[in-house]
Parts: sequence; C-alpha cells; structure tokens
Amino acid sequence: MYGKGLRPLAIAAAIATITALGLIFFFAPNDADQGFVQKIFYLHVPMALVAMAGFIAGGVMAIAHLRTGKRSWDMRSYVSIHLSIILGLGVLVTGAIWAKASWGKWWVWDEPMLVSFLIVFLLYCCYQPLRFSIEDPERQARYASVFAITAGAFVPLNFTAVRAAQSFIHPEVLSTTGGNLPGEMWITFLVSLLAMGMLFVTLWKLELTSKHTSDQLRRLRGKLERAAEEAPAERGAPTGQVPVAAGTS
Amino acid sequence: MPALPLDEAGGYVAGAYVVFVALILLYVVIIGSKVARMERELETLNDLADQRDR
Repeated sequence: MYGKGLRPLAIAAAIATITALGLIFFFAPNDADQGFVQKIFYLHVPMALVAMAGFIAGGVMAIAHLRTGKRSWDMRSYVSIHLSIILGLGVLVTGAIWAKASWGKWWVWDEPMLVSFLIVFLLYCCYQPLRFSIEDPERQARYASVFAITAGAFVPLNFTAVRAAQSFIHPEVLSTTGGNLPGEMWITFLVSLLAMGMLFVTLWKLELTSKHTSDQLRRLRGKLERAAEEAPAERGAPTGQVPVAAGTS
Repeated sequence: MPALPLDEAGGYVAGAYVVFVALILLYVVIIGSKVARMERELETLNDLADQRDR
C-alpha cells in the first residue's frame, strides 16, 4: 500500500541528491565573504526547511486523523514528525559546525534563529515520550494528534517571529529581496532543497511501508493464533502460542 | 571573521556532510534491521501455516 512507487521515488531522490552534490561542489561559486565554508549552507538550510515542513505536515495529517478517525493518518503524522526530529538534529549539528567555522563559536545564545529552532526541536522531542506514555492505542493516537496540531501551528508562528526580529548576524535566505544570492547559488540551493524534500518523502514512505508491514504481520499472527486455539485437536497442532522468530519483539 | 583557508574550511564542510550522511545511514540501517526481523517472523508464520495445511 505505502510501498507503491517507492522504488522510482528512491531512484529519483538519489539522482537529485547526486546532482545537488555536483552543483554544490563543482558549479556554485565560493562565497566572497565566507569562502568554502558557505557550502554548508546548501545542506543546513534545505534540511531546516524540510524539517519544519515535516513538522507542519505532521500537524496537517493529525488534523486529518482527528477529522476522519482513521489510524493511518496518525501513523503518517507520527512518521513525518519522527523524520523531522532526525533532520532537526542534523540541522543543529551542521549549524553548530557552520557557526564555529564562520563566527568562531559553536553556539550563540543571543541569535533568535538558532534559539528558536532549538526550542522547536526540544518541543518535538517531547512528542515521543508523550505518545508512548499512553498505553491505550486510541487515546495515544488522539493525544499525539492534538500535540502535533498545536506544535505544528507553533512552527510557522516561530518562523515568522524570528524574521520579524530582523537579526543582524544570521543570514536570511528567503527574504523579500530574493535572498541576495547570485543565480548559480540560487539554482544550487533550489536543487538541494528539492533533493532534500525528495529524500524526506522517500524515507517517509519507507518507514510507513515498514510500519504497515509490521502491523499486517501482527494481524496475521493474531489470526493464526486464534485458528490454532480453535482447532488444535483436529489438526494435531499444539495449542496456544505461535512460535516467535529469533530477535522478534 | 575573515574567510578560513581552504584546508581548514574543508574540515568543517566535510564534518557537516559526514554528519548528514551518518544520520541517514543510521536511519536506513535501523529500518533495514526491522525489515530483516519482519522477514524472519514471516518465515516462521509461513512454516506454521504450511504445518497446519499438511
């Protein structure tokens, strides 16, 4: 179900990623101010934008879950947020490396862009503990959806607030004047953003496929267990538990 | 701060890209191990279904 179109998407994402890397290192010129270090920009910024889009998408899918009551929307929302947290971690680490190279410090606390992203990241770090602290699956999905919607609404608000703060240190990419990037840099940035987006969607589908398959297996196992309990004597099969594969939780 | 020389800047750039690749690789390995586990369970269930059919 979720695996449909995964292979072509994965191939397209791989091609887009290789193209983006080629453009970053062989096409885009070095920045006049920062030099070669600015190459981190093509990784860090698309990763941040895709992570934030993933958080918002998780909120939108959570709305669909609460509206329709279908668990599949909750699963989509969960996977989207899960992946965005991983990308968010990447954003923080690559941002720290870039900050050290450009500003001489790993972290700057008076920079709104950095601190606000950290707040968003830490907020979403609460999502999984909250989710898995609830045992009842229905309640778990409902509470997680409410969290995803609330936090998802916070992301664009946070982004807007930071831009309104008009920092003088952190570079703005998507400004009203076009970001002041030369043409080659813009093309490279857009291809990098596209590649990151495709990679996100590919991994999202991959994890959804894995979770859906796992769920189907659990159901099949339940059916076989019930069948084994219903007719143990006729078939000569031992009653009760279906043997578990090694390493299966 | 003035731009770093290429040899020093290269280390930072490589570090950032390695972090990204490592994160993605780790993620794929975790998903891969889950798929392998499901494959083993599927084999077990298949064997059980075969036993019941006999």
